[in-house]
Formats: sequence, C-alpha cells, structure tokens
Amino acid sequence: MADKILKELKIKVWRQKNAKSKGKFETYVINDISTGSSFLEMMDILNNDLIEKGIDPIAFDHDCREGICGTCSLHINGRPHGPDTEVTTCQLHMRKFKDGETIIVEPWRARAFPVIKDLVVDRTALDKILQAGGFVSVNTGGVPDANAIPVARDDAEEAMDAAACIGCGACVAACKNSSAMLFVSAKVSHLAKLPQGQVEAAARAMNMVSKMDELGFGGCTNTGACEVECPKSISITNIARLNREYLKARISR
Amino acid sequence: MSILNSKIPEGPLAEKWNRHKSAIKVVSPANKRKLEIIVVGTGLGGASAAASLAELGYKVKTFCYQDSPRRAHSIAAQGGINAAKNYQNDNDSVFRLFYDTIKGGDYRAREANVYRLAEVSPNIIDQCVAQGVPFGREYGGLLDNRSFGGVLVSRTFYARGQTGQQLLIGAYQALNRQIAKGNVEMYSRHEMLDLVKIDGKARGIIARDLVSGEIKRFGAHAVVVATGGYGNVFFLSTNAMGSNGSAAWQCYKKGALMANPCFVQIHPTCIPVHGDQQSKLTLMSESLRNDGRVWVPKKKEDAEKLQRGEMHPNDIPDEDRDFYLERRYPSYGNLVPRDVASRAAKERCDAGYGVNGEGKAVFLDFKYSIERLGKDVIAARYGNLFQMYEKITDVDPYKAPMMIYPAIHYTMGGTWVDYNLMTTVPGLYSIGEANFSDHGANRLGASALMQGLADGYFILPYTIGDYLADEIMTPKIDVKAPEFAETEKAVTDRIEKLYNIKGSKPVDYFHKRLGQVMWDHVGMARNAEGLKEAIKMIQEIREEFWKDVRIPGELDNLNPELEKAGRVADFFDIGELLARDALDRNESCGGHFREESATDEGEAKRNDEKFTYVSCWEYKGEGVEPVLHKEDLVFENVKLTQRSYK
Repeated sequence: MADKILKELKIKVWRQKNAKSKGKFETYVINDISTGSSFLEMMDILNNDLIEKGIDPIAFDHDCREGICGTCSLHINGRPHGPDTEVTTCQLHMRKFKDGETIIVEPWRARAFPVIKDLVVDRTALDKILQAGGFVSVNTGGVPDANAIPVARDDAEEAMDAAACIGCGACVAACKNSSAMLFVSAKVSHLAKLPQGQVEAAARAMNMVSKMDELGFGGCTNTGACEVECPKSISITNIARLNREYLKARISR
Repeated sequence: MSILNSKIPEGPLAEKWNRHKSAIKVVSPANKRKLEIIVVGTGLGGASAAASLAELGYKVKTFCYQDSPRRAHSIAAQGGINAAKNYQNDNDSVFRLFYDTIKGGDYRAREANVYRLAEVSPNIIDQCVAQGVPFGREYGGLLDNRSFGGVLVSRTFYARGQTGQQLLIGAYQALNRQIAKGNVEMYSRHEMLDLVKIDGKARGIIARDLVSGEIKRFGAHAVVVATGGYGNVFFLSTNAMGSNGSAAWQCYKKGALMANPCFVQIHPTCIPVHGDQQSKLTLMSESLRNDGRVWVPKKKEDAEKLQRGEMHPNDIPDEDRDFYLERRYPSYGNLVPRDVASRAAKERCDAGYGVNGEGKAVFLDFKYSIERLGKDVIAARYGNLFQMYEKITDVDPYKAPMMIYPAIHYTMGGTWVDYNLMTTVPGLYSIGEANFSDHGANRLGASALMQGLADGYFILPYTIGDYLADEIMTPKIDVKAPEFAETEKAVTDRIEKLYNIKGSKPVDYFHKRLGQVMWDHVGMARNAEGLKEAIKMIQEIREEFWKDVRIPGELDNLNPELEKAGRVADFFDIGELLARDALDRNESCGGHFREESATDEGEAKRNDEKFTYVSCWEYKGEGVEPVLHKEDLVFENVKLTQRSYK
C-alpha cells in the first residue's frame, strides 16, 4: 500500500521523427520514480529530463488521464496498455514494475494506424468506420418522450456494456491480424440492443464492416486477444452478435 | 450606455423563451446553405451545436485539438445529467430546477438564462434516448434517477458512472452522421490560436495543424467557441491535460468580455495528491455521496496515528468518528453542495484531522451502505468508480474507506454572453463551460452536462439565426483579406518568440509554480493580502517564463511542448485576471470564499447590497489594467436569502 521508490529504470522506447522516416529504439535511464506514480507521470518526468539535456522529448498521446477518453495508446512490454488488466495506460501505475527493470515502449502497430511521431499514431480510421453508420439517424428535436418506449433493463445494461468502448484501438493493436472487429461489434451491439437503434441495424452492420475492410484492417480469426487487452472488458460475444446482424443483412438483401 | 446589453426578453419568466423564439429572425433553408459557421471544441456543447447546425443546413467547420472529437473532456463526467422530468413524482418541476440552480449558484446567475436551461432540460433526455444513449433503467423498462448534492428531489439521469461519456458519444454520433453527409468538415488535431475580426465582426480563426505545424486560415459568417474551462490554470485539476483557456483568452483579447473569472469550482471528492510527481487529479463522482458517509476521527491523536500510518481506519469505532457534514448540516448531510462540502473538508484538515500522510484527506466510507444494501448493490451502482480508485491507490474501497480531498474541477466564470449566447464581439458565440451564464458562483452536480447540451441542441441553433439572418448577403468570407494576414502574422510571431527563447527549463516547471501560487492564494480561501501577493508572484513567474522556457523539437512537426507553452503563456494572464476579480469581489459566494466575509460559524457570507452583479472584464492591451464593467443582476422571481443547508 505504501509507496516505494524505484531507484533506476531503463526505458527502451520507439523513436520516429515523422510518418515518412524510419524509426528505431533508444534506451534512456530514469531514477527515483515513486511506485504511486502513474506510467505517464513517469514519462512526463523522463521527458522533462530529456528537455533539460537538450534531447527532443518523446511524443505520446494522452489527455484525460483517468481512463475514459481513449487517447493514450502505448504498447508496453508487449501488451497494449501494459502489464495490468482492465486499465488504460494512464491508469497503469509504477507499482506494476520492478526496480532495475527495462521497460519496452512501442506505438500501436497496425497498417490502419500509421505512426505520426514516436509513440503517436493516427487512429482516424476508427472515426471513419463510425461515420459509415455508427449512429441513429435522428435530427435534433421532434423525438418522442424519453419514457415513451420502455426498454428492458437487461437490454439497456447489455447496450451499456458495449457502449463502454472508449475507441482507444487496443483491440486492433492486440490482434495479430490488426482487425477492428471488437470495436465495430461494440458499436453495432450497443445500438442493436436498443429499440431506437434497431431500425437501421442491418444497414449499419453492412456499412461499418465494409468500411472497416476498405480501411485496411484485417479479418477476425477468433483468437480472443482483443477481449483480453480491452481496458473496458468489451466481450467478444459482441463479435458473434455482429456476425449475426451482418448475416441477417446479407440474407435480406 | 453600458457596452453590456444582456437582451433579456420582457415578460413573465416562464414566457420569456417562447416569446423570444417567436420574435427572433429565422434564416431560410436556401440561405442556410450559403452560410458558414465555425465551431471550436467538440465536447457536449460543441459537438451538439455542430451537429444541430449542420442538420439545419448550415455549412459547419469543426475543430478540436484531440485526435478525435470523441475525446473531448466532457467524456470524463461521471455522475449524471439533471432534467426536470418529474418521472419520480417527487414534485419536481421546471421552476424547482430553476430555483435549485439559482440558489445553488448563490444568486449570482441570470434568472432568465437559468429558467430557460431548466425549461429545455426535459428535451435533452428525450433527444439522448432517441440517439441510443443507454441510460440506467428500472425493471419496468422506464428511466431511473438518482439524487445529487444541493437538491431534495431525484432528477439525475445516469449511465452507470460514465454519463458524460455516453452523452458525448450520442452527440459525437450525431456529428459523425453530418460529417458523413458532408455538412460538417472536421478538423481534428487542430488548435485555434486566434480569432479574426473584419469590420468588428467575428469572421474566422487562425488554427495550427498540430501534426504538420502549418498555420491555417478559416473563414465563416459566425464563430462558436465551445472550448471548456480554464481550470488547468491551477496545474493540478480534474481537467484533461490538454484542457486550456487559450481560445477563450484570444477572444478576450479581441474584445469579448470575460465574466466572473474568480468563480471556480472546487470539487470535494477527488483522490488526494500523492506526492510531487503528480500530473493530474482524478475525480470520484459526487454520486458516491449518495451512499458514502464522510468522516474524520473525533480524536486528534487518532488522526495523527493515521497520518503516520500506525492505525487502520477500520479500527476506529463509530463513536470516535466525526461525520462532520451530518453534524453541521443535518437536513442535507452528505449531500450538501460542492462548495460547502469542500470548505468543510478543508476546515477539518486545517484543524489537524486530515487522515493521510500529508494530513490532506478525509474518509468517504461505504461500510454503512454495504451493511444496509449489500455489496452487490453498491457494486452495481459504483463498480467502475471503485475499480478506478483501487487501480490508482491500491486500496480496495469495499474493505477500507476511500480517501478524498477537494480539487479544482470546473470554472463557472467564462466569456460574457447575452441571452442569445453571443459575446460582446458580434458574430462570436460562446457555449457550455466556456461561457459564464448559468451557474452563478457555484455549479450543482450534473448540471454541466445539462448546460452544454441545452446550449448546443436547443438554444444556439435558434439564437444564431437571429444574427445570421442579417448576413445572408455577405459572400463567402475571403481568407485572403488583410485581417487574416495580420492575425496570422501575430500568431506566427508569438510562436517564434516562444520558440526562440531557448532557455533552460521545461514548460511544466513554470506551470507547476503558477499552479502552486493559484492553489495557495486563489484557491479555497482567499483574502486581499494573499491575492495581491499572488498577482505579484504570477507576474514574476511569467517574466521568468518568457526569459527562460525551453521549447525543444521543431515548429513544422508534432510538438506537444510548443502546444503546452502557448497554453501556459495564456494561463499566466488568466490567473492574474482571476486573482484580480477575486480581489474586487470582497464577499463570499459559492465557490468564491473571502476570509473577510464569513459568518461566525465560518459559512460564506454574501454581500448582496454591493455585489449583486456580474464582473465583466474588458481587455485594454498588454501590461494595461483591464477595465471592470458591471452587469447588475435583477431578481424578480426569487428572494435572495443566505443559503442554508442546515
């Protein structure tokens, strides 16, 4: 419970100047990190060290630092979001590491996520998939009273389980095929579980899956790696539901 | 005549909005297609406004500094959203929500704006349900509600502890639909660095493409700023790392008045600071106060043992626990408003009863509700929050009480707007947390989400038409105009100036020092002497910053340090204005507590005779003192009373 000090850590980190250049690993030493600090606080300290030494700091994505915005995206010691379960990188704490350890930090690796700089990747492909159908087509105003359509509590809860996806892309990074099936299925399930989303369910599944294929994500071979690394524990049963919706849409076409 | 015209419609409170809507102008669909609107920020306000305006037929350009609009910090709101639905049959109403908000804001907000907010609140819930927001429901299939601080009814709708996330995803989905249709051009990883004015009107922005470093010009017939609050002036806050006040600050420098900057909300239930390596504070939702009891030890020796780590909280028997909120405020108990709960925690800790190593924490204990309701019920309500707490602190809140302490959370102050949400710059609008309009001196829990969505879905899309109806003859804004060139040059010059300092210290070094001054002197308790001292210290640190900051990397590449430097440079100015405003307001109200103005029991004491006004600051140039304008607040429908939650 009480915080300890990690006297020395070696951070072996991917450095890449921009999308066009070739990257490589560099190793930096950092001292006196509290086990109560978060992984990203350690990165802040390392960066401030580098700046004072005249070295370009390591670019990495982060924002809310409370595990909900989905911005942070590091691959740490071979695992998306690092060696803990149900956390994003910003919630990963240094108590998960040992004094003297070498920590390997890489960006998400996927064809659909090109590196922008160092550890920062471009994930706009995920936005594009959602733009292909991840919504209910209602305009502002003119909607019925919120209690006009009762929704079974279990359905609402299951929709919420799927809607908890933060769009970080860890599922893609964990998958050997770089498939975005868990991400797509979470949105399809979230909306298909609710009466408001069922009207467009078939078209939504078709459009999102074809957009995913078009953007260079791989196919799903059911390894389950995505589910293990998902910081929000999105279940792969959602993929089964997506497959059902997709099949229904194909048959009725 | 004052430069402030609030444009509050005539007539009885309950009819103002309807009358106003009937009176304002409307733009025809054919003309909407020719009008362009820039929306900066994609949180609840920005995303809902951009989507709704595009649905109406306007051409919209939307900007966010994040890599996706879905990341805006509205996403982190946990507990819920208020609406006067009265689904619980507990005698809630539009008037009651209005009254609670005015009272909660300690009578420093405009009646007409707040009433309108309460009036449109039910529509928000309808809209969100239609979008597929998975709100919590009862077994009968209808929507569930919970209670929040400062009110006596249950009107808060929620989606587990992720309400902000789910509402933002709803607005983001609506935005995505408009992006796909080509009605919205989305610019992510773009930061607004200045406002462009032509003939006194807002006509566009200058933005930096954060990936390429390119400085770009964007023109429009109107500009909407929805860029949130400036809480990060305190360095440690519950805001996202990138949250900043710079867009609003550039608008201030271009003539938009800044209102009530000293009204800052300090949230009572955050995870305490753990040491000097901390980068940000994590909020634990206010909803936890529904089932958690706040306490510190009655005996100082117990507190001291806890501070030294020689005692476990569970070893302190009930009779030795001081449930100080229940003791001081028997009728509201643990559900007093945020400002009251925060000060009460500070009071106990200052008296030496703090419970962590630094003596700056109190307990929030779920033992009693677990005994009463069972662990499963508590897990269903707060499971994700408990998990988050355990990941950060390594303590299991099912077994030991949480430790909490107040932290900067929200800024009630912001850009001054009239009833139409337009600033003092024609064609420039400000919505959501970025404006000052609805929460007075203290915001009630679950009301930020309500305001952001009210502004974006149901207010701005109407009121902006009144301005744009007179712009239908204005051709597409030409970004080759000299005003764009001048503004772009000013932006480039400032970036180069910062970059060329090539000093010795990183941006964080200065930001942390600024934050410490703000927290110590402009934080939970303020006095004239401390505020004057703070202004002096801020000026000194700012001077050092401009001489000694080191910005590494390149200008034409992704450069997070350069981004931070620009924001922190503005935070110095914002911090100074905040302190200046706090110095002017020699009364205690809401989140603003002046030690000179307290009751004998240490409660905040307002001075209605002297301070029933909105402080509106006008920029007069660099190094020149800003000018204070006052908008008098007129209360026709509520009686001003000393707020009591006893």
